[in-house]
Amino acid sequence: MSETQHHPEVHRDDEAKKLGMWLFIFTELLLFGGLFLVYSIFRAEYPTSFRESSLELSVTIGAINTIALLFSSMTVAMALTAMQKGNKKLAMQLIGVTLLMAFVFLVNKYFEWGHKFEMGLYPGSELMKHLDRGHLLYFSLYFFMTGLHALHIIIGMVLLFISLFKVKSGNVHSQNYSFLENGALYWHLVDLIWIFLFPLMYLIS
Amino acid sequence: MANNTSHTTEYKVLGRILVLLMFMTFLTISVTSFNLGAFSVTVALLIACFKAFMVLSYFMHLKYESLLLRILVGMVFVLFAVIVLITFIDYAYR
Amino acid sequence: MSKATEKIEYVSYLDHQSKYKGIFAWIFATDHKRIGLLYMYAIAAFFVIGAFLGLAMRIELIAPGETIMKPQTYNGIFTVHGIIMIFMVVIPGLSAVFGNFFLPILIGAKDVAFPKLNRFSWWIFMVGSAMAVASQLLKSGPPDTGWTFYAPYSTTTGTNVIMATTAAFVLGFSSILTGLNFIVTIHQMRAPGMKFFNMPLFPWAIYATAWIQLLATPIIGITLVMLIAERLFGIGFFDPALGGDPLLYQHLFWIYSHPAVYVMILPAMGVISEIIPTFCQRKIYGYKAIALSSLAIAGVGFLVWGHHMYTSGMSENARWFFSLLTFIVAVPSAIKVFNWLATMYKGSIDMQPPFLYALEFIFLFIIGGTTGLILGSVATDVQVHDTSFVVAHFHYIIFGGMGFAFFAAIHYWLPKMYGRMYNLKRAKILSVVIFVGFNLLYFPQFIIGIQGMPRRYYDYLPQFQWAQVISTIGGFILVAGLLAMISNLIMGVRKGEIAPANPWQGSTLEWQIPSPPSLENFDEEIEIKENPYDYK
Repeated sequence: MSETQHHPEVHRDDEAKKLGMWLFIFTELLLFGGLFLVYSIFRAEYPTSFRESSLELSVTIGAINTIALLFSSMTVAMALTAMQKGNKKLAMQLIGVTLLMAFVFLVNKYFEWGHKFEMGLYPGSELMKHLDRGHLLYFSLYFFMTGLHALHIIIGMVLLFISLFKVKSGNVHSQNYSFLENGALYWHLVDLIWIFLFPLMYLIS
Repeated sequence: MANNTSHTTEYKVLGRILVLLMFMTFLTISVTSFNLGAFSVTVALLIACFKAFMVLSYFMHLKYESLLLRILVGMVFVLFAVIVLITFIDYAYR
Repeated sequence: MSKATEKIEYVSYLDHQSKYKGIFAWIFATDHKRIGLLYMYAIAAFFVIGAFLGLAMRIELIAPGETIMKPQTYNGIFTVHGIIMIFMVVIPGLSAVFGNFFLPILIGAKDVAFPKLNRFSWWIFMVGSAMAVASQLLKSGPPDTGWTFYAPYSTTTGTNVIMATTAAFVLGFSSILTGLNFIVTIHQMRAPGMKFFNMPLFPWAIYATAWIQLLATPIIGITLVMLIAERLFGIGFFDPALGGDPLLYQHLFWIYSHPAVYVMILPAMGVISEIIPTFCQRKIYGYKAIALSSLAIAGVGFLVWGHHMYTSGMSENARWFFSLLTFIVAVPSAIKVFNWLATMYKGSIDMQPPFLYALEFIFLFIIGGTTGLILGSVATDVQVHDTSFVVAHFHYIIFGGMGFAFFAAIHYWLPKMYGRMYNLKRAKILSVVIFVGFNLLYFPQFIIGIQGMPRRYYDYLPQFQWAQVISTIGGFILVAGLLAMISNLIMGVRKGEIAPANPWQGSTLEWQIPSPPSLENFDEEIEIKENPYDYK
């Protein structure tokens, strides 16, 4: 349809886009919220099994991933600052660093999951079926939550890739950066969820 | 039409927040390695909440957004907390 | 192009030419009015299918024992009836059809905030609906769990549960995006000079609804994904045979599905709040109370889900807590009813079809609401839980409430949407026929429910037959009335008299523009009133 037919000065409302992104972030938070609720109930029910199971995870890998995500969160925020200041080159470099960190996170996750798979720990495996309740629930939740989180990492990366190209082509510039801003908001959401996932999955004492 | 009203956060500020977040991560790992019993999950969650607050305030610029948006974000977290609490009214007394 | 020199010729949105032709001018439309109509056609079709499934159940129940179908078919039919009616008709109904069409107009906007996202919402609504229909037709047979998909049965039954739950997930996503769009629209797109408390009450209701859609739907989304994972991998979140907790599924399900009840009823209340002042030609009584009670219902409505689970084995403390909150949530609903009645007092009432439907709504809503309190208190609920008393109660609320409000809305706004008027006299008669059929169908279910007739059973003891026969007769009257009503409306759209811009002397913004509206709704300056219901 020709929405812009009657008003050639193209209507643009960045506030609306930002509010829309925030609302979408709310739904994502509650999506994970449902899982955190399930987690808290089962953890309260099987505290010892959860602790024992968590020892299977490597705190080092988790910590590296935490640092990677925190760092990427900062660089994407800096990319926005650079864009607002009109420093296109720096903005692109910073988005690039963010994507690199995201990639590091995924590689790390790949090896972490791969290790579990080698041990025969994966949803639906024979070993999982023979675990006792608490362990089974812990690992199910672990795969479910980190898997969903990794999916969000990938979506966030796609958004940042598009932002990168938009910055490069000049579609996103110092006067119109709302796409990058919203992509960055989404990326921070991914970080935000990991901030809770890390202590709840890796650090149970 | 309100365009480009977003706050520009200086690199320096962002850097400092990162240092703080890294420190809190280190703190949460070292605290939970001691056995504090029931407190350890409380401490871990408190630290996580603080980190989340920092990310929301500075990285996500919430500190400089309208009061309305800040209230809405707060409301979402409160709503979730209340839902968890109410669910535990069932589980805690069963 | 400056405003002074610009002279826009009036072309209605129905005649507007876009770059797409034929049916694509609809499927690819981003105009909120066309999208509203697209939703309406789809929902009307699903509604008719759902109604016929309901009628099939009624025929089966006319006599004890097997009448026209086997028990397993009956299980499939009540599940399909529930899935179609809840997820594809009632939840999207008012907000997607009339919210899309009239929300922007009522707040003086040209469109919703994100028109393309709006179009996308409709597309995935259709994808979800197609999947729901497919789940009925695929090889393993229609799901037989009821629309609630309760575990552990849903994790073990061999029917197409995965397809049906995926459909519900996709439909939920559509609902989230619609809600998101409406919230941003109300925050950002109001006409200059229109503050929150100058908005008409339908936008207020849509606003409260949109928050529920946004915040509650993700919970059911993740729950259904967990259910699917449980079926695929045997995880055991919910299945007690694997050590899981079926009550947890019920908690998660109702954390969404109870607020979803308010997604159904809040816009209905909004419609009624629009219709009553117009046909009484009187300023609405207690504007702020009605506006804020919508938000109150939305807020408290999040916290009462446990009243669906009194007999499931929840802790004693949780039961009294949920019961208390349930009684609290009744208060804002009652405030609205009192305000509607007070608005009518000393008004110059014009008994037109929309008003007639609105009165019927109030009558049915009071019955549905007060029987809800019987179910909301633990002691009485234990007696009537899972009986046809519950069936009668929620049909009074959902059909008598949302359904009749939908009929009221379509009779109220049809002349604006199409620029033509239906046959008023016939509409009034049919409204009464539908009302009578409805009560004949559902009221006897209250009585036999108290006497112990269980719900979801295809068979029953002979002592209940008298009521089942009355119900089935009522069902036939109801369906006949509905079909006649639909054909009356279609005839009105096709050949009805040309309707004036403001046939009911309404005062809200939609009546200030031509019928049907132009593509951008407002070609001329509009007047924003201090109070939208400014009569006399």
